[in-house]
Amino acid sequence: MVALVLPRLVSFEGAGRRSASVAERNVAALKSAYWIVLISGFFEPLLYLLSIGVGVGGLVGDLTLPSGQVVEYAAFVAPAMLASAAMSGALSETTFNFFGKMKFMKLYDGVLATPVQPFEIALGELAWAMVRGSLYSAAFLVVMFALDLTTGPRALVAFPAAVLVGFAFGALGMALSTFMRGWQDFDLVGSAQFALFLFSGTFVPAESYPSVLRWVIEVTPLYRAVDLLRGISTGTLGASGWLDVAYLLAAVAIGLMIASRRMAKLLCK
Amino acid sequence: MANTQPLIQARGLVKRFGDFTAVDGIDVDVRPGEAFGFLGPNGAGKSSTMRMIGCVSPPTGGTLRILGKDPTRDGPAIRARLGVCPQLDNLDPELTVQENLTTYARYFGIPRRVARERAAELLDFVQLAERAGSKVEPLSGGMKRRLTIARALVNEPDIVLLDEPTTGLDPQARHLVWERLFRLKQQGVTLVLTTHYMDEAEQLCDRLVVMDGGRIVAEGSPRELIERHSTREVVELRFVAESQEDFAGKLGGLGERLEVLPDRILLYVGAGDTAVADVHARGLAPASVLVRRSSLEDVFLHLTGRTLVD
Repeated sequence: MVALVLPRLVSFEGAGRRSASVAERNVAALKSAYWIVLISGFFEPLLYLLSIGVGVGGLVGDLTLPSGQVVEYAAFVAPAMLASAAMSGALSETTFNFFGKMKFMKLYDGVLATPVQPFEIALGELAWAMVRGSLYSAAFLVVMFALDLTTGPRALVAFPAAVLVGFAFGALGMALSTFMRGWQDFDLVGSAQFALFLFSGTFVPAESYPSVLRWVIEVTPLYRAVDLLRGISTGTLGASGWLDVAYLLAAVAIGLMIASRRMAKLLCK
Repeated sequence: MANTQPLIQARGLVKRFGDFTAVDGIDVDVRPGEAFGFLGPNGAGKSSTMRMIGCVSPPTGGTLRILGKDPTRDGPAIRARLGVCPQLDNLDPELTVQENLTTYARYFGIPRRVARERAAELLDFVQLAERAGSKVEPLSGGMKRRLTIARALVNEPDIVLLDEPTTGLDPQARHLVWERLFRLKQQGVTLVLTTHYMDEAEQLCDRLVVMDGGRIVAEGSPRELIERHSTREVVELRFVAESQEDFAGKLGGLGERLEVLPDRILLYVGAGDTAVADVHARGLAPASVLVRRSSLEDVFLHLTGRTLVD
């Protein structure tokens, strides 16, 4: 198995160009209906921010971060919404859309008959998912800045971090999709995504959970993403920021590797 | 011709899926410029062989060289010079007819401008220029097939692999596809195709192998195969009776081989008319008599049997 897959994975000659051609296909497929999907992905976290961050925030008042800094509740929730927007943008592209292209449209069967290899398809699709995720992140950061929930320089630093978050979730989502048997399995992904959204230190600091539960929360990817983005947007980033970045980079590498190996196994029988 | 290096060379090629052996040790040589056919019933191993040649399915055993290269090591380099028309159309339903060609060209690294020019030429070639801006979904089966063939040509390949190119098409569409494939052949493109249509094999193939149960059971040109595995002519006799069997005994000694089917008797003979005269001389009066030339279909059914394979 390794002998068969490795050569596909390690020959990088022209890989960038071929991955780009996979992303390019998605640009060609962009049609008017797609913009509605794009826009909805931005409004959902914005509505959460306004209803819970600003609305519920009025009742909650200010919050003391572990670093000792005091921030208003909306400023606490906003980076978490940014992280979750990056997550859902990347996931919707690399789960539903990716799975549909692979299993139902049989798109990749055609692509693999060309010089393009499974790893390059994974990389190209992920790059495209990132374009989409980055649009959400950028728009959301503009809103955060406008509502005075972060500063300009911090927003500029938070942007590449949000892109990294999207990459990590995109790669993980793609790897997960290769194990899906049918659309029903995606209900599980949806549930898991919602659980992450609620409990990853998004609305309530992870410190307020019992220690066992807190440990579980802290190893989930969305928690690491929230921790990183909140640290940047509130200017309280500590040493744990490096851990977050390492975690997310590892997620990208592992997700991509699993996705391309599984694709080679499924499609190059 | 005999000295030219084969474009495709397989020796003892094997493909297994778990316990099931799809391709069981075949030897194949495809020479430049020829149209080579894999003929066989469903499940004979034709598509598995094509997928191995297309470098999307690693062989389980044996050796395979395509364009002098090893598919497991040089897959991308080989695929860059292949055109593949798969058994089931896998066109991109989210793109237009033209975009299907230009996007596919980009996978080969062909510049956008060249891709657009080539797409226009190919749409002319397969008579789809008027549908360039249409989505794929409303196209008829024949149109989709032609578009898939056009897509397989977008990189100006040295070898075109066609897996059952005309299955499911109506007669008009089949003849159009054949005519286009014949033109490609005239242009010197090497064609490798699978089919279970005998007329398709006779029309298009210079040389072919008959596969059954993952093995090659016969090899040669259509003419050679007919000469070797059948007689020159076949007489089809139909008797009005409860059973054709009753008459079979009375035909003993006529022709090289005799086959009794539920509705008719086939006599494999050198000269049909002489055989018919002999039948009448024996005092037999068949309800209908048909003398025809032996076809590849006779060879095929003789070699692979009449049992239905699913």
